[in-house]
Amino acid sequence: MARTIIPFGPQHPVLPEPLHLKLVCEDEIVKEAIPALGYVHRGLEKLAEIRDFNQMIQVVERVCGICSMLHSQCYCQGIEEMMGVEIPERAKYLRTVWSELHRMHSHLLWLGLFADAFGFESLFMQFWRIRERIMDLNEATAGSRVIVSVNVVGGVRQDLTPEQCSWILTEVAQAGKEIKAIQSTMLSDYTVCKRTKGVAALTKEQAYELGAAGPTLRASGVAQDMRQLKYAAFDKIDFEPVVEYDGDCYARGVVRFREALQSIDIIRAAISGMPQGDISVPVKGNPEGEIITRVEQPRGECMYYMKGNGTKFLERVRIRTPTFANVPPLIAFMPGLELADVPVAVLSIDPCISCTER
Amino acid sequence: MLKMTPTVLKNLFSKSSTRMYPFEVREPFPLYRGELFNDIDKCIFCKKCEIKCPSQCITVSKDKEAGTGTWICDPFACVYCSICVDVCPTKSLSMAPNHRKPSATRDMIEQVGKLKVPKKKKAAPKKD
Ligand code: SF4
Ligand code: SF4
Repeated sequence: MARTIIPFGPQHPVLPEPLHLKLVCEDEIVKEAIPALGYVHRGLEKLAEIRDFNQMIQVVERVCGICSMLHSQCYCQGIEEMMGVEIPERAKYLRTVWSELHRMHSHLLWLGLFADAFGFESLFMQFWRIRERIMDLNEATAGSRVIVSVNVVGGVRQDLTPEQCSWILTEVAQAGKEIKAIQSTMLSDYTVCKRTKGVAALTKEQAYELGAAGPTLRASGVAQDMRQLKYAAFDKIDFEPVVEYDGDCYARGVVRFREALQSIDIIRAAISGMPQGDISVPVKGNPEGEIITRVEQPRGECMYYMKGNGTKFLERVRIRTPTFANVPPLIAFMPGLELADVPVAVLSIDPCISCTER
Repeated sequence: MLKMTPTVLKNLFSKSSTRMYPFEVREPFPLYRGELFNDIDKCIFCKKCEIKCPSQCITVSKDKEAGTGTWICDPFACVYCSICVDVCPTKSLSMAPNHRKPSATRDMIEQVGKLKVPKKKKAAPKKD
Protein backbone atom coordinates (compact mmCIF):
# COMPACT_ATOMS: atom_id res chain seq x y z
CA MET A 1 0.00 0.00 0.00
CA ALA A 2 1.20 3.49 -0.79
CA ARG A 3 2.58 5.49 2.08
CA THR A 4 1.73 9.10 2.70
CA ILE A 5 3.57 11.51 4.93
CA ILE A 6 1.24 13.81 6.82
CA PRO A 7 2.75 16.71 8.73
CA PHE A 8 1.30 17.13 12.22
CA GLY A 9 2.15 20.53 13.61
CA PRO A 10 4.00 22.82 14.19
CA GLN A 11 0.70 24.66 13.97
CA HIS A 12 -2.13 22.39 14.97
CA PRO A 13 -5.41 23.12 16.78
CA VAL A 14 -4.64 20.80 19.70
CA LEU A 15 -1.10 21.96 20.17
CA PRO A 16 -0.45 25.12 22.12
CA GLU A 17 3.19 24.79 21.17
CA PRO A 18 5.15 24.03 18.01
CA LEU A 19 5.81 20.32 17.98
CA HIS A 20 6.29 18.92 14.52
CA LEU A 21 5.72 15.25 13.74
CA LYS A 22 5.96 13.69 10.32
CA LEU A 23 3.41 10.89 10.33
CA VAL A 24 4.11 8.14 7.86
CA CYS A 25 0.67 6.70 7.18
CA GLU A 26 -0.71 3.74 5.33
CA ASP A 27 -4.34 4.45 4.72
CA GLU A 28 -5.38 5.92 8.08
CA ILE A 29 -2.96 3.98 10.21
CA VAL A 30 0.21 5.64 11.43
CA LYS A 31 3.23 3.49 10.66
CA GLU A 32 5.93 5.75 11.90
CA ALA A 33 6.30 9.15 13.52
CA ILE A 34 9.38 11.26 12.92
CA PRO A 35 9.77 14.17 15.32
CA ALA A 36 11.25 17.50 14.31
CA LEU A 37 12.08 19.81 17.16
CA GLY A 38 13.74 23.17 17.28
CA TYR A 39 11.05 25.73 16.52
CA VAL A 40 11.28 27.63 19.79
CA HIS A 41 14.90 27.36 20.76
CA ARG A 42 15.74 30.53 22.68
CA GLY A 43 19.24 29.83 23.98
CA LEU A 44 18.38 30.38 27.63
CA GLU A 45 21.25 28.20 28.86
CA LYS A 46 23.71 30.40 27.03
CA LEU A 47 22.40 33.41 28.93
CA ALA A 48 24.24 32.14 32.00
CA GLU A 49 27.33 33.75 30.51
CA ILE A 50 25.97 37.28 30.72
CA ARG A 51 23.53 37.05 33.63
CA ASP A 52 24.87 36.44 37.12
CA PHE A 53 23.62 33.52 39.18
CA ASN A 54 20.96 35.61 40.93
CA GLN A 55 19.60 37.02 37.68
CA MET A 56 19.51 33.51 36.23
CA ILE A 57 16.62 32.70 38.59
CA GLN A 58 14.39 34.99 36.55
CA VAL A 59 15.74 33.43 33.36
CA VAL A 60 15.11 29.80 34.32
CA GLU A 61 11.63 30.71 35.50
CA ARG A 62 10.88 31.62 31.94
CA VAL A 63 12.01 28.28 30.55
CA CYS A 64 8.44 27.15 31.05
CA GLY A 65 5.49 29.23 32.16
CA ILE A 66 3.41 26.47 33.65
CA CYS A 67 6.12 25.06 35.89
CA SER A 68 8.01 28.32 36.49
CA MET A 69 7.99 27.82 40.25
CA LEU A 70 9.53 24.37 39.98
CA HIS A 71 12.25 25.48 37.59
CA SER A 72 13.41 28.23 39.90
CA GLN A 73 13.05 25.96 42.91
CA CYS A 74 15.25 23.34 41.29
CA TYR A 75 17.80 25.96 40.29
CA CYS A 76 17.88 27.58 43.74
CA GLN A 77 18.18 24.21 45.47
CA GLY A 78 21.20 23.44 43.32
CA ILE A 79 22.92 26.75 43.99
CA GLU A 80 22.16 26.47 47.71
CA GLU A 81 23.63 23.00 47.85
CA MET A 82 26.70 24.14 45.94
CA MET A 83 27.24 27.03 48.35
CA GLY A 84 26.38 25.02 51.44
CA VAL A 85 23.44 27.21 52.42
CA GLU A 86 20.78 25.72 54.66
CA ILE A 87 17.50 27.53 54.07
CA PRO A 88 15.00 28.11 56.91
CA GLU A 89 12.33 25.47 57.51
CA ARG A 90 9.53 27.92 56.80
CA ALA A 91 10.97 28.68 53.36
CA LYS A 92 10.93 24.97 52.54
CA TYR A 93 7.26 24.73 53.45
CA LEU A 94 6.41 27.88 51.47
CA ARG A 95 8.18 26.47 48.43
CA THR A 96 6.16 23.28 48.83
CA VAL A 97 2.87 25.18 48.96
CA TRP A 98 3.56 27.17 45.80
CA SER A 99 4.98 24.21 43.93
CA GLU A 100 1.91 22.13 44.69
CA LEU A 101 -0.35 24.99 43.62
CA HIS A 102 1.60 24.93 40.38
CA ARG A 103 1.15 21.20 40.00
CA MET A 104 -2.58 21.60 40.53
CA HIS A 105 -3.06 24.33 37.98
CA SER A 106 -0.85 22.56 35.47
CA HIS A 107 -2.80 19.32 35.79
CA LEU A 108 -6.12 21.15 35.55
CA LEU A 109 -4.87 22.92 32.44
CA TRP A 110 -3.83 19.60 30.95
CA LEU A 111 -7.09 17.87 31.84
CA GLY A 112 -8.93 20.67 30.08
CA LEU A 113 -6.72 20.50 27.00
CA PHE A 114 -7.03 16.73 26.96
CA ALA A 115 -10.82 16.96 27.03
CA ASP A 116 -10.54 19.49 24.22
CA ALA A 117 -8.35 17.09 22.21
CA PHE A 118 -11.08 14.48 22.09
CA GLY A 119 -13.70 17.09 21.48
CA PHE A 120 -15.38 17.38 24.89
CA GLU A 121 -15.56 21.16 25.00
CA SER A 122 -17.79 21.53 28.02
CA LEU A 123 -15.51 19.38 30.17
CA PHE A 124 -12.65 21.60 29.05
CA MET A 125 -14.62 24.59 30.29
CA GLN A 126 -15.28 23.01 33.69
CA PHE A 127 -11.62 22.24 34.31
CA TRP A 128 -10.48 25.69 33.32
CA ARG A 129 -13.06 27.31 35.54
CA ILE A 130 -11.71 25.38 38.52
CA ARG A 131 -8.18 26.29 37.50
CA GLU A 132 -9.05 29.96 37.78
CA ARG A 133 -9.30 29.59 41.57
CA ILE A 134 -5.71 28.41 41.72
CA MET A 135 -4.55 31.19 39.41
CA ASP A 136 -6.19 33.72 41.72
CA LEU A 137 -4.39 32.17 44.69
CA ASN A 138 -1.08 32.56 42.88
CA GLU A 139 -1.84 36.11 41.91
CA ALA A 140 -2.96 37.20 45.34
CA THR A 141 -0.21 35.52 47.35
CA ALA A 142 2.82 35.75 45.05
CA GLY A 143 2.07 38.71 42.82
CA SER A 144 1.61 37.06 39.46
CA ARG A 145 -0.68 34.47 37.97
CA VAL A 146 1.89 32.28 36.30
CA ILE A 147 5.46 33.41 36.88
CA VAL A 148 5.27 33.67 40.65
CA SER A 149 8.91 34.65 41.07
CA VAL A 150 9.11 33.85 44.78
CA ASN A 151 12.38 31.95 44.91
CA VAL A 152 15.71 33.51 45.73
CA VAL A 153 18.97 31.83 46.59
CA GLY A 154 18.64 31.34 50.33
CA GLY A 155 14.89 31.10 50.66
CA VAL A 156 11.78 32.82 49.34
CA ARG A 157 10.78 36.46 48.88
CA GLN A 158 7.17 36.36 49.95
CA ASP A 159 5.60 35.17 53.15
CA LEU A 160 2.09 33.90 53.69
CA THR A 161 0.02 35.56 56.39
CA PRO A 162 -2.31 33.39 58.50
CA GLU A 163 -5.29 34.93 56.66
CA GLN A 164 -3.79 34.01 53.30
CA CYS A 165 -3.14 30.49 54.54
CA SER A 166 -6.73 29.97 55.61
CA TRP A 167 -7.94 31.51 52.34
CA ILE A 168 -5.74 29.08 50.38
CA LEU A 169 -7.18 26.20 52.39
CA THR A 170 -10.79 27.16 51.73
CA GLU A 171 -10.14 27.80 48.04
CA VAL A 172 -8.33 24.50 47.41
CA ALA A 173 -11.00 22.65 49.38
CA GLN A 174 -13.64 24.23 47.16
CA ALA A 175 -11.58 23.40 44.06
CA GLY A 176 -11.34 19.81 45.31
CA LYS A 177 -15.10 19.64 45.67
CA GLU A 178 -15.58 20.95 42.15
CA ILE A 179 -13.03 18.50 40.74
CA LYS A 180 -14.84 15.64 42.47
CA ALA A 181 -18.12 16.83 40.98
CA ILE A 182 -16.82 16.17 37.47
CA GLN A 183 -14.91 13.05 38.44
CA SER A 184 -17.59 10.69 37.14
CA THR A 185 -17.60 12.48 33.78
CA MET A 186 -13.83 12.47 33.39
CA LEU A 187 -13.30 8.93 34.55
CA SER A 188 -16.33 6.95 33.47
CA ASP A 189 -18.14 8.81 30.70
CA TYR A 190 -18.79 6.65 27.65
CA THR A 191 -17.21 9.01 25.11
CA VAL A 192 -14.15 9.64 27.25
CA CYS A 193 -13.51 5.94 27.76
CA LYS A 194 -14.11 5.18 24.11
CA ARG A 195 -11.58 7.77 22.95
CA THR A 196 -8.86 7.09 25.51
CA LYS A 197 -8.96 3.50 26.77
CA GLY A 198 -6.44 1.26 25.05
CA VAL A 199 -5.09 4.11 22.93
CA ALA A 200 -1.32 4.51 22.75
CA ALA A 201 -0.50 1.95 25.41
CA LEU A 202 2.98 1.68 26.83
CA THR A 203 4.04 -1.35 28.86
CA LYS A 204 5.94 -1.03 32.11
CA GLU A 205 9.16 -2.35 30.55
CA GLN A 206 8.88 -0.04 27.54
CA ALA A 207 8.23 2.99 29.73
CA TYR A 208 11.17 2.17 31.93
CA GLU A 209 13.57 1.43 29.11
CA LEU A 210 12.66 4.44 27.04
CA GLY A 211 13.19 6.63 30.08
CA ALA A 212 9.69 8.05 30.36
CA ALA A 213 9.15 10.57 33.14
CA GLY A 214 6.38 11.70 35.41
CA PRO A 215 2.74 10.73 34.85
CA THR A 216 3.65 8.94 31.60
CA LEU A 217 5.90 6.63 33.59
CA ARG A 218 3.57 6.26 36.56
CA ALA A 219 0.62 5.45 34.31
CA SER A 220 2.59 2.40 33.15
CA GLY A 221 2.98 1.10 36.66
CA VAL A 222 6.36 2.43 37.79
CA ALA A 223 6.08 4.10 41.19
CA GLN A 224 8.70 6.76 40.69
CA ASP A 225 8.22 10.33 41.78
CA MET A 226 11.08 12.74 42.38
CA ARG A 227 9.30 14.08 45.43
CA GLN A 228 10.41 10.84 47.07
CA LEU A 229 13.89 12.40 47.10
CA LYS A 230 12.54 14.47 49.99
CA TYR A 231 13.51 17.90 48.76
CA ALA A 232 11.85 21.00 50.24
CA ALA A 233 9.38 19.92 52.92
CA PHE A 234 8.74 16.47 51.51
CA ASP A 235 10.86 14.90 54.23
CA LYS A 236 8.09 15.84 56.67
CA ILE A 237 5.09 15.42 54.42
CA ASP A 238 3.96 11.92 53.69
CA PHE A 239 2.63 11.00 50.28
CA GLU A 240 2.43 8.05 47.96
CA PRO A 241 3.15 8.29 44.24
CA VAL A 242 -0.01 7.90 42.19
CA VAL A 243 0.30 4.80 40.04
CA GLU A 244 -1.89 3.30 37.34
CA TYR A 245 -1.15 0.11 35.45
CA ASP A 246 -2.73 0.24 32.01
CA GLY A 247 -0.24 2.63 30.41
CA ASP A 248 -2.78 4.03 27.93
CA CYS A 249 -4.09 7.57 27.48
CA TYR A 250 -6.86 6.90 29.97
CA ALA A 251 -4.39 5.84 32.66
CA ARG A 252 -2.33 8.98 32.07
CA GLY A 253 -5.46 11.04 32.52
CA VAL A 254 -6.34 9.22 35.74
CA VAL A 255 -2.84 9.73 37.15
CA ARG A 256 -3.03 13.46 36.56
CA PHE A 257 -6.56 13.65 37.86
CA ARG A 258 -5.62 11.89 41.08
CA GLU A 259 -2.44 13.92 41.45
CA ALA A 260 -4.42 17.14 41.26
CA LEU A 261 -6.49 15.88 44.19
CA GLN A 262 -3.40 14.67 46.00
CA SER A 263 -1.84 18.12 45.74
CA ILE A 264 -4.72 19.45 47.83
CA ASP A 265 -3.75 17.10 50.65
CA ILE A 266 -0.10 18.09 50.35
CA ILE A 267 -0.98 21.81 50.46
CA ARG A 268 -3.09 21.14 53.56
CA ALA A 269 -0.29 19.23 55.24
CA ALA A 270 2.28 21.89 54.31
CA ILE A 271 0.18 24.74 55.65
CA SER A 272 -0.73 22.98 58.87
CA GLY A 273 2.84 21.91 59.53
CA MET A 274 4.43 25.23 58.59
CA PRO A 275 6.74 26.47 61.36
CA GLN A 276 7.20 30.13 62.23
CA GLY A 277 10.47 31.88 61.54
CA ASP A 278 12.57 33.52 58.87
CA ILE A 279 11.84 33.01 55.21
CA SER A 280 15.33 33.54 53.87
CA VAL A 281 18.93 33.65 54.92
CA PRO A 282 21.50 36.08 53.52
CA VAL A 283 23.91 34.46 51.09
CA LYS A 284 27.48 35.61 50.56
CA GLY A 285 30.00 34.57 47.98
CA ASN A 286 29.78 32.86 44.62
CA PRO A 287 28.96 29.28 43.73
CA GLU A 288 31.81 26.94 43.00
CA GLY A 289 31.73 23.29 42.02
CA GLU A 290 29.34 21.04 40.20
CA ILE A 291 25.87 19.93 41.12
CA ILE A 292 22.93 17.94 39.83
CA THR A 293 19.50 18.57 41.31
CA ARG A 294 16.14 17.08 40.51
CA VAL A 295 12.57 18.03 41.27
CA GLU A 296 9.27 16.55 40.20
CA GLN A 297 7.51 18.90 37.85
CA PRO A 298 3.89 18.40 36.85
CA ARG A 299 5.20 16.74 33.70
CA GLY A 300 7.83 14.63 35.39
CA GLU A 301 11.41 14.69 36.51
CA CYS A 302 13.38 17.83 35.79
CA MET A 303 17.10 17.80 36.14
CA TYR A 304 19.52 20.68 36.46
CA TYR A 305 23.24 20.39 36.06
CA MET A 306 25.21 23.43 37.10
CA LYS A 307 28.87 24.23 37.19
CA GLY A 308 30.22 27.24 39.03
CA ASN A 309 33.75 28.54 38.89
CA GLY A 310 33.83 30.91 41.84
CA THR A 311 32.76 33.96 39.85
CA LYS A 312 29.25 35.31 39.82
CA PHE A 313 28.63 33.82 36.39
CA LEU A 314 27.94 30.12 36.18
CA GLU A 315 30.12 28.23 33.75
CA ARG A 316 27.38 25.91 32.57
CA VAL A 317 23.69 25.40 33.18
CA ARG A 318 22.14 22.34 31.63
CA ILE A 319 18.43 21.72 31.95
CA ARG A 320 16.83 18.40 31.13
CA THR A 321 13.10 18.75 31.06
CA PRO A 322 10.50 16.00 31.39
CA THR A 323 9.08 16.41 27.87
CA PHE A 324 12.51 15.71 26.43
CA ALA A 325 12.44 12.38 28.28
CA ASN A 326 8.91 11.71 27.08
CA VAL A 327 9.57 12.13 23.35
CA PRO A 328 11.04 8.60 22.85
CA PRO A 329 7.96 6.95 24.44
CA LEU A 330 5.80 9.19 22.24
CA ILE A 331 7.57 7.93 19.14
CA ALA A 332 7.33 4.36 20.42
CA PHE A 333 3.58 4.28 20.91
CA MET A 334 2.64 6.10 17.71
CA PRO A 335 2.90 3.20 15.20
CA GLY A 336 -0.43 1.47 14.80
CA LEU A 337 -2.57 4.42 15.91
CA GLU A 338 -5.42 5.73 13.82
CA LEU A 339 -4.84 9.21 12.49
CA ALA A 340 -7.84 10.50 14.47
CA ASP A 341 -6.29 9.32 17.73
CA VAL A 342 -3.01 11.12 17.15
CA PRO A 343 -3.99 14.41 18.85
CA VAL A 344 -5.13 12.56 21.99
CA ALA A 345 -2.00 10.42 22.03
CA VAL A 346 0.34 13.39 21.55
CA LEU A 347 -1.37 15.37 24.30
CA SER A 348 -1.29 12.42 26.67
CA ILE A 349 2.42 12.98 27.41
CA ASP A 350 1.62 16.63 28.19
CA PRO A 351 4.16 18.03 25.73
CA CYS A 352 5.83 21.26 26.74
CA ILE A 353 7.98 22.17 23.80
CA SER A 354 9.26 25.53 25.03
CA CYS A 355 10.65 23.66 28.01
CA THR A 356 12.31 21.03 25.90
CA GLU A 357 14.02 23.43 23.53
CA ARG A 358 14.71 26.19 26.06
CA MET B 1 -24.14 7.85 30.02
CA LEU B 2 -25.47 11.27 30.84
CA LYS B 3 -22.77 11.77 33.47
CA MET B 4 -22.40 15.42 32.59
CA THR B 5 -26.12 16.23 32.77
CA PRO B 6 -26.27 17.21 36.48
CA THR B 7 -23.28 19.52 36.03
CA VAL B 8 -24.76 21.04 32.90
CA LEU B 9 -28.10 21.65 34.64
CA LYS B 10 -26.36 23.17 37.63
CA ASN B 11 -24.41 25.50 35.37
CA LEU B 12 -27.56 26.48 33.57
CA PHE B 13 -29.24 27.69 36.72
CA SER B 14 -26.29 29.13 38.61
CA LYS B 15 -24.83 32.53 38.01
CA SER B 16 -22.28 33.01 35.28
CA SER B 17 -18.64 32.42 36.17
CA THR B 18 -17.23 35.04 33.85
CA ARG B 19 -17.48 38.79 34.11
CA MET B 20 -18.77 41.19 31.46
CA TYR B 21 -15.21 42.31 31.20
CA PRO B 22 -14.87 45.85 29.92
CA PHE B 23 -17.93 46.95 31.91
CA GLU B 24 -17.17 45.02 35.04
CA VAL B 25 -13.57 44.90 36.21
CA ARG B 26 -12.29 42.90 39.13
CA GLU B 27 -10.40 44.76 41.83
CA PRO B 28 -6.69 43.99 41.42
CA PHE B 29 -5.00 42.00 44.17
CA PRO B 30 -2.84 44.39 46.21
CA LEU B 31 0.34 42.31 45.81
CA TYR B 32 0.07 42.08 42.03
CA ARG B 33 3.10 43.34 40.13
CA GLY B 34 1.53 45.39 37.39
CA GLU B 35 3.43 48.58 36.79
CA LEU B 36 6.75 49.98 37.94
CA PHE B 37 6.99 53.52 39.29
CA ASN B 38 9.95 55.55 40.39
CA ASP B 39 9.50 58.39 42.83
CA ILE B 40 12.33 60.35 41.26
CA ASP B 41 12.65 62.79 44.18
CA LYS B 42 13.72 59.96 46.43
CA CYS B 43 16.07 58.36 43.90
CA ILE B 44 19.77 58.84 44.56
CA PHE B 45 20.91 57.39 41.20
CA CYS B 46 22.96 54.68 42.88
CA LYS B 47 22.56 52.26 39.92
CA LYS B 48 21.66 49.34 42.22
CA CYS B 49 18.50 48.64 40.22
CA GLU B 50 20.40 48.78 36.94
CA ILE B 51 22.94 46.24 38.15
CA LYS B 52 20.47 43.77 39.65
CA CYS B 53 17.73 43.89 37.01
CA PRO B 54 17.66 40.51 35.27
CA SER B 55 16.34 41.88 31.98
CA GLN B 56 18.73 44.83 32.06
CA CYS B 57 16.03 47.29 31.12
CA ILE B 58 17.02 50.12 33.46
CA THR B 59 19.65 52.71 32.61
CA VAL B 60 20.73 55.21 35.21
CA SER B 61 23.02 58.08 34.36
CA LYS B 62 24.28 61.11 36.14
CA ASP B 63 25.17 64.47 34.72
CA LYS B 64 27.39 66.03 37.35
CA GLU B 65 27.67 69.43 35.63
CA ALA B 66 23.97 69.99 35.24
CA GLY B 67 23.36 68.46 38.64
CA THR B 68 20.75 66.08 37.29
CA GLY B 69 20.35 62.35 37.06
CA THR B 70 18.30 60.34 34.57
CA TRP B 71 16.48 57.08 35.24
CA ILE B 72 15.29 55.30 32.09
CA CYS B 73 13.26 52.10 32.07
CA ASP B 74 12.08 50.16 29.04
CA PRO B 75 8.62 48.97 30.15
CA PHE B 76 8.46 46.55 27.21
CA ALA B 77 11.60 44.72 28.29
CA CYS B 78 10.73 44.74 31.99
CA VAL B 79 9.48 41.38 33.23
CA TYR B 80 7.90 42.77 36.41
CA CYS B 81 9.88 40.61 38.77
CA SER B 82 10.18 43.34 41.38
CA ILE B 83 13.86 42.62 42.08
CA CYS B 84 14.66 46.31 41.63
CA VAL B 85 12.00 47.25 44.18
CA ASP B 86 13.61 44.90 46.68
CA VAL B 87 17.14 46.24 46.22
CA CYS B 88 16.42 49.97 46.00
CA PRO B 89 18.05 51.47 49.10
CA THR B 90 15.80 54.55 49.28
CA LYS B 91 12.56 52.70 48.47
CA SER B 92 11.92 55.09 45.60
CA LEU B 93 10.73 52.26 43.35
CA SER B 94 7.31 50.75 43.82
CA MET B 95 4.91 48.42 42.04
CA ALA B 96 1.28 49.31 41.35
CA PRO B 97 -1.29 46.50 41.10
CA ASN B 98 -2.79 47.61 37.78
CA HIS B 99 -1.73 46.55 34.32
CA ARG B 100 -0.13 49.00 32.01
CA LYS B 101 -2.40 50.12 29.23
CA PRO B 102 -1.61 48.79 25.78
CA SER B 103 0.45 51.11 23.66
CA ALA B 104 1.12 51.41 19.97
CA THR B 105 4.51 53.01 20.30
CA ARG B 106 7.53 51.82 22.17
CA ASP B 107 8.00 54.60 24.65
CA MET B 108 10.63 54.56 27.34
CA ILE B 109 9.89 55.81 30.80
CA GLU B 110 12.40 58.58 31.30
CA GLN B 111 12.60 60.51 34.50
CA VAL B 112 14.99 63.28 35.36
CA GLY B 113 15.71 64.30 38.90
CA LYS B 114 18.12 66.47 40.80
CA LEU B 115 21.29 64.96 42.13
CA LYS B 116 21.44 65.10 45.86
CA VAL B 117 24.38 67.07 47.12
CA PRO B 118 25.70 65.11 50.05
CA LYS B 119 25.13 67.18 53.12
CA LYS B 120 28.07 67.70 55.31
CA LYS B 121 27.25 66.15 58.61
CA LYS B 122 27.70 68.44 61.46
CA ALA B 123 29.18 66.83 64.47
CA ALA B 124 26.43 66.30 66.96
CA PRO B 125 26.67 68.85 69.72
CA LYS B 126 28.24 67.27 72.67
CA LYS B 127 26.23 67.07 75.75
CA ASP B 128 27.89 68.35 78.70
S1 SF4 C 1 18.12 51.59 43.18
FE1 SF4 C 1 16.58 53.12 43.72
S2 SF4 C 1 17.80 54.89 44.37
FE2 SF4 C 1 19.22 53.54 43.25
S3 SF4 C 1 19.14 54.30 41.14
FE3 SF4 C 1 17.60 52.68 41.29
S4 SF4 C 1 15.70 53.75 41.77
FE4 SF4 C 1 17.37 55.19 42.19
S1 SF4 D 1 10.76 44.69 37.72
FE1 SF4 D 1 12.46 43.28 37.26
S2 SF4 D 1 12.72 43.45 35.04
FE2 SF4 D 1 11.47 45.19 35.66
S3 SF4 D 1 12.93 46.85 35.97
FE3 SF4 D 1 12.63 45.86 37.96
S4 SF4 D 1 14.26 44.32 38.10
FE4 SF4 D 1 14.10 44.94 35.94
